[in-house]
Formats: sequence, structure tokens, C-alpha cells
Amino acid sequence: MIGQSLVLASEVPFPPSVEDFYLPSIVPWGAHDSYWFTKITALMWVSVAAIIIFFLVTYRKPQLVPTKKQWLAESIYGFVRNNIAVDMLGKRGVNFAPYLTTLFVFILLMNFWAIVPFAQISPNSHIAFPAILAVISYVMFIYIGMKHHGGLKYFKHALIPPAPWFILPLLIPIEFFSTFLVRPFSLAVRLFANMFAGHMLLLVFTLGGFAMLNANLWFAPFSLVSWVMTIALTFLEFLVICLQAYVFTVLTASYVQGALADEH
Amino acid sequence: MITEILTVAAEEGATEHNPIIPLWQEVVLGLIAFSILCFVLMKFVFPMMEKTFAARVDAIEGGIKRAEAAQAEANQLLEQYKAQLAEARTEAARIRDEARADAEGIRQDVLAKAREESDRIIGAGQEQLAAQRESIVRELRAEVGTLAVDLASKIVGESLADEARSRGTVERFINELGPAGSAGGRR
Repeated sequence: MIGQSLVLASEVPFPPSVEDFYLPSIVPWGAHDSYWFTKITALMWVSVAAIIIFFLVTYRKPQLVPTKKQWLAESIYGFVRNNIAVDMLGKRGVNFAPYLTTLFVFILLMNFWAIVPFAQISPNSHIAFPAILAVISYVMFIYIGMKHHGGLKYFKHALIPPAPWFILPLLIPIEFFSTFLVRPFSLAVRLFANMFAGHMLLLVFTLGGFAMLNANLWFAPFSLVSWVMTIALTFLEFLVICLQAYVFTVLTASYVQGALADEH
Repeated sequence: MITEILTVAAEEGATEHNPIIPLWQEVVLGLIAFSILCFVLMKFVFPMMEKTFAARVDAIEGGIKRAEAAQAEANQLLEQYKAQLAEARTEAARIRDEARADAEGIRQDVLAKAREESDRIIGAGQEQLAAQRESIVRELRAEVGTLAVDLASKIVGESLADEARSRGTVERFINELGPAGSAGGRR
């Protein structure tokens, strides 16, 4: 056992680096510069398939008095619909609830791979996926704003706050910066960085345990502490997973709310 | 170990990754996957859920509406019964009042008749009394004449009794008395 762990330890590189996020591809096996079929994309496809199958199976024959599974599916949708969409957007929120729920469920499951044994990396720790979702949210709220206010009037409405004229030269660039430049980046980077950092932390504590064991057998108690920390951090990671999915959805809803708002 | 690190470093050098720059392959795949997800969920699942929610609300509200209708009907029936009861009560009161009025009328009738009867009886009695009084007065008149004559003849002597003329004197005296006496008697 100890020998085995020693062998394992000797194979563990420490400290973990960015490269640990870019695993060799699955098809073709072991290639380092092929990204079409990697663990990341595989997990993504599994997420999509799992969500679709879950909802289609649970909602194949909807009944007025729901079964347990149907109730579960309904309460996921109901949570986003009532607590995010309708709460923030009012009656119009019902129209956005399907997209917001899809977004929420997708992010949640994609994040969740970070703590699933054997998967243990979230596709969202690759910025490509948060970036796609952030761009969709960005385009969506601008489109909705333009549709609601009528073309370019939206930009006038969004950029020019009701303030004395002499402050406007200061305010307009700030509004432009915060609304149209920062938003997609903050959305994408928040999610990506949380998942990236979470994975990195787990790596540091897991590999750190092995590294210490490798350096000196007397460090074994420290290694143990390190691995216990890993378990504790996994729970923290679970919190972050749910929170980030929720935050991303709420922020998207809030941007839409801003675009639909008639007063400043 | 060192060589391993070196080889890893060499590999890193070969395929350096920047975590901030998205891999375009992942962008493409992510877009496809998310589009499929959106399409399926937003087309087949969530609208169904909205429909179910609406149906549920409808069922509940329908139930409430039915209950409300039943309640309204019950209330209407209650009102109707109350109205009927009130009507019956006023009818009864009216009948009672009529009966009371009838009784009063009958009482008044009976009283009036009794009064009439008593008046009639009193009247008859009075007439009878008056007639009796007349006859008594008449008798007395005749008797008083003879008594007075007898008395006078007893006082004056028997001479007067035989006198035919004396009759005329007595008659005249009584006649003078008569109207005054009868008037006093009537009074």
C-alpha cells in the first residue's frame, strides 16, 4: 500500500500548472493539440445529454397532480421562473424563464463535474464555455433593449442618465464602460475563474499531499491534513458551484431587467 | 523526477496554454451543445410546464368558481326562503289584524245593538210609565173631585152635596189646577 502510494507520489508533478487543465485528447488518444474530443468536451456532451434526458423523461406525460420526478423537474423550473425571472422582471419574466432555466441548469451541471469523482474538472474552468454564455447574455440584453426602446434610442436611454449636463461628459463614458464593455467579461471571467480556482485548489491540496509524502515519509501527517483539507474544500466547491450558477443566471436576468427598464 | 519535470516543461513549451484565451474548438462545440439544449428544453419541456401550471391554476380556480357558484345558489335559495318566510309572517300578521278588526266590529255591532235594545226597552218603559201616569192622573182627577166635594160637604154641610151647580164649580177648579199639575208631573 505504502509502496503503491510512493509510486503514485513519485509520478505526481508539483506544483500544478495551467497545463493540468489541458488534458490530452481522447480521440485521437493522447494528442496534445487536438481539442475536438477531450475530457472537457465529453463532460459537456454528457451534461447536455443528461439534462435533456432528465427533463424529457420526467416530463413525458405531465400530470395535474405531479409524480415525484415531475415535481422535481417542475420545482427546478419553478425556482428559476418564480425566484429569478418573475421576481426580477415581473410578469414579462415568464417569457424569459425558459432560457434562464436552461442557462441555470446547464451551468450548474457543468460546474458540478468539478466535484464528481473521476471527472473532477469542470468544463467551465475552460473560458470557452462561460464566454459563450456571457456573449449570449450580452447580445440578448442589448437586443431586448433595442427592441423595447426602439433601435438606437436604447443606447441613448442606457448611456445618458438624468443628470445635470456638466456631469454627463464624465457619466457617459462610465455608463458605456460598465454596461457595454465590462459586463460580458465580468460574467465570463467570474464563472471561469471560480471554477478554475476551485480546481486549482483541489489540485494543490491533493497533489501537495503526495508531494510532501514524496519528499519525506515523516511528512505523512501533513499529507493527511492536506487530504482532509481537500475533502473540506470539496464541500466549499459545492457551495461555489451552486452559487456561481445562481449568480450567472441572476445577473443575466438583471441585465435584461436593466434593458427593459423605462426609467433610469 | 528531474528529467520528467524537464520533459513536462518541454511539452509545455510545445503547447503553451493561456487560460484566458478560449479554444475555438470548444467554442464551436459549446455553441452547438448549448443550442441543442436550448432548443429541446425551450421547445419541448418548459412550454409544457407552463401549460401544466396553467392547467393546474385553471383546475384550482375552476374548483373555486364552482364552489362560489354553489355558494351563490345556496345564498339565493336562502334569500328566497327568507323572503317567503317574511311574506308568510306578514300574511299571518295581516290575517291576525283582520280578525282583530272583525272582532272589534262584531263587538261594536253587538254593543250598538245592545244599546239600541236597552234604549228601546227604556223608551218602552218610559212610555208605559207615562201612560200609567196619565191614567192615574185621570183617575186621581176624578177621585180628587169627589173627595174634595165629599170633604167640602162634610165641612160645609150636606147642602152642597146635592147641588148640581156645585159640580160646575169643582170642575172649574180642577181644570185650573190641571194644566199646572200635569206640567209639574212631566218635569
